[in-house]
Amino acid sequence: MIKFQGTSEYIASNDLSVAVNAAITLEKPLLIKGEPGTGKTLLAHEIAKALNKPLYTWHIKSTTTAQQGLYEYDAVSRLRDSQLGNNKVDNIANYINKGKLWQAFEADERVVLLIDEIDKADIEFPNDLLLELDKMQFFCYETGEEIIAKHRPIIIITSNNEKELPDAFLRRCFFHYISFPDRETLKEIVAVHYPNLEEELVESAMKLFYAIRSERNIKKKPSTSELIDWIKLLLVGKINAQELDDVMAGKAGTPYLGALLKNEHDKAIIR
Amino acid sequence: MFLDFFILLKAKGIPVTLREYLDLLAALDANVAEYNVDDFYFLSRTVLVKNEEHLDLYDQVFGVYFKGIEQIQSSDILNIPDEWLRKNGERLFSREELEKIKSQGDLESLLDRMAELLKEQKERHQGGNKWIGTGGTSPFGAYGYNPEGFRIGQEESRHRRAIKVWDKRSFKDLSQDEELETRNMKMALRKLRVLSREGKNEEIDLDKTIRSTAKNSGMLEIEMVPSKKNIVKVLLLFDIGGSMDDHIELCSQLFSAAKYEFKHLEFYYFHNCLYENVWKQNERRWEEKTPTESIFNTYNEDYRVIFVGDASMSPYEIIAPSGSVEHYNEEAGQVWLQRMIEHFPYFAWLNPVAKSEWKYTQSIGMIQKIMKERMFPLTIKGIEEAVDSLRKKTK
Repeated sequence: MIKFQGTSEYIASNDLSVAVNAAITLEKPLLIKGEPGTGKTLLAHEIAKALNKPLYTWHIKSTTTAQQGLYEYDAVSRLRDSQLGNNKVDNIANYINKGKLWQAFEADERVVLLIDEIDKADIEFPNDLLLELDKMQFFCYETGEEIIAKHRPIIIITSNNEKELPDAFLRRCFFHYISFPDRETLKEIVAVHYPNLEEELVESAMKLFYAIRSERNIKKKPSTSELIDWIKLLLVGKINAQELDDVMAGKAGTPYLGALLKNEHDKAIIR
Repeated sequence: MFLDFFILLKAKGIPVTLREYLDLLAALDANVAEYNVDDFYFLSRTVLVKNEEHLDLYDQVFGVYFKGIEQIQSSDILNIPDEWLRKNGERLFSREELEKIKSQGDLESLLDRMAELLKEQKERHQGGNKWIGTGGTSPFGAYGYNPEGFRIGQEESRHRRAIKVWDKRSFKDLSQDEELETRNMKMALRKLRVLSREGKNEEIDLDKTIRSTAKNSGMLEIEMVPSKKNIVKVLLLFDIGGSMDDHIELCSQLFSAAKYEFKHLEFYYFHNCLYENVWKQNERRWEEKTPTESIFNTYNEDYRVIFVGDASMSPYEIIAPSGSVEHYNEEAGQVWLQRMIEHFPYFAWLNPVAKSEWKYTQSIGMIQKIMKERMFPLTIKGIEEAVDSLRKKTK
């Protein structure tokens, strides 16, 4: 049985690995939610890397329809080609553009399919994918083909909770909420990104980071990805642990605050 | 297997279905989780819970079920004879442990303390029920493993491990700021639409294309049109403060659903009845007022006006000049309402008060009359009816 335990660049907590392995084993889509910046999208990439499988990414926008994930029939180019006497015209299959789901279904091995930010789409979008995700098959009307997944792909769906997902859809998925990592895990994550960091600097940076996170009135709390970026800036700017401790003591302003807080209102509070 | 657990989850309000239960069994069958309770917790959570709002509740139910803990009325416990407890205690505690207990005071005082703790626990739990361990043969067997552990699984487990993951209740916050369920409202509001083709040419116009291709003696001539978009414009007027405080949650649900569904949405607040001024920010209502007159000038009659209010007030606030409870109004509320519906032929009133109670408040009937019977309850069905009437002009 294939098992996902995280990778050298991605620390997967125990609960996350159990969720991923359950989804892989039972061939169910896994819905991932969590604070922005906790590595939802990254997860699919890392699963693909860890299991050595190709990754198909389907980024959802407000205008995306479910049909686009299956296929699109390009009637206009077919009409044009018919005018030009192109032989391609005879076969309608030449004008079917396969979507990400189709590509994932017809792959010769089990692939990882990431449906990123499903909440961005129209409210009906998840309902239009029920059968496709459940049975992993759909029908192409133009060619009369029944597309059935050769190997049920490992489907990872991320959501930022901008829209409520319908119950019927949720029932077909497994669900995992990535919570903000605890101190120990966060340290591991930092260590994975910057293996040769001084212990002292990490300690001071984390202390400051948690102090900022615990500030009550902040609208958007900084999360893992912000911490990683910020530590990078600290390294580039050659900030040392002493300077960070001065910040904690209130003697100086936080360096590179913009990397942690993305909102004028929040910055004003921390200053 | 775990059927009781499944039924308990359902009873506690976590929306699990048979499908999830079967999935869990399949997952166990496939050996997804290792044979330890932590992994089982992670696995069952991922299979059974579909919404972070329910995670906290799930943790609690899980904690209760897997400690073999029963729900016992507090009075039952406090009335258990000491004799019986002591006997059990002696059977479960080893000699050493009993020594330890004695070092903290005698069993009597420990039992007293336990009673105290139980009371304390009652306060922490909502609904006045409490969870008490039955680790072995006795309801209090749990203590047998852990002489210091009178806290019944809240801080330390019987196996003297670190805190159990589900006992951490790390998802507590998520259930507190739970997202409002607005999906149904959005679907109801969705019917309010005026489709029109505006903007960029994006879609192929089949009829025109056929016609011009034919004219072009069979050479393809593609005609494009802009795609259809909902251009309905909505003006929301919210009654705020006073008796409306009871309905704040419902109103904010409606507001967020409307904000999502309508691109052109304007909103203003009023208090009890519409008068010469409305405002946009409630905390600055006295400084930043908008004259109601100017609404007539700013928005044309295409705007669909939705009043949201309980219409519950003294009749004077509607019919009499200077009848407002807050300020001196030169003209009566009904005059302003009348002007409003004369200017805007598409309007409706949504009332958060249940329809069955309307007849007990005189002012509701009066407003209903002014609104030409276009007042609807703020329910999904009511919104649908309101949307229907918003499609019809009154004039």
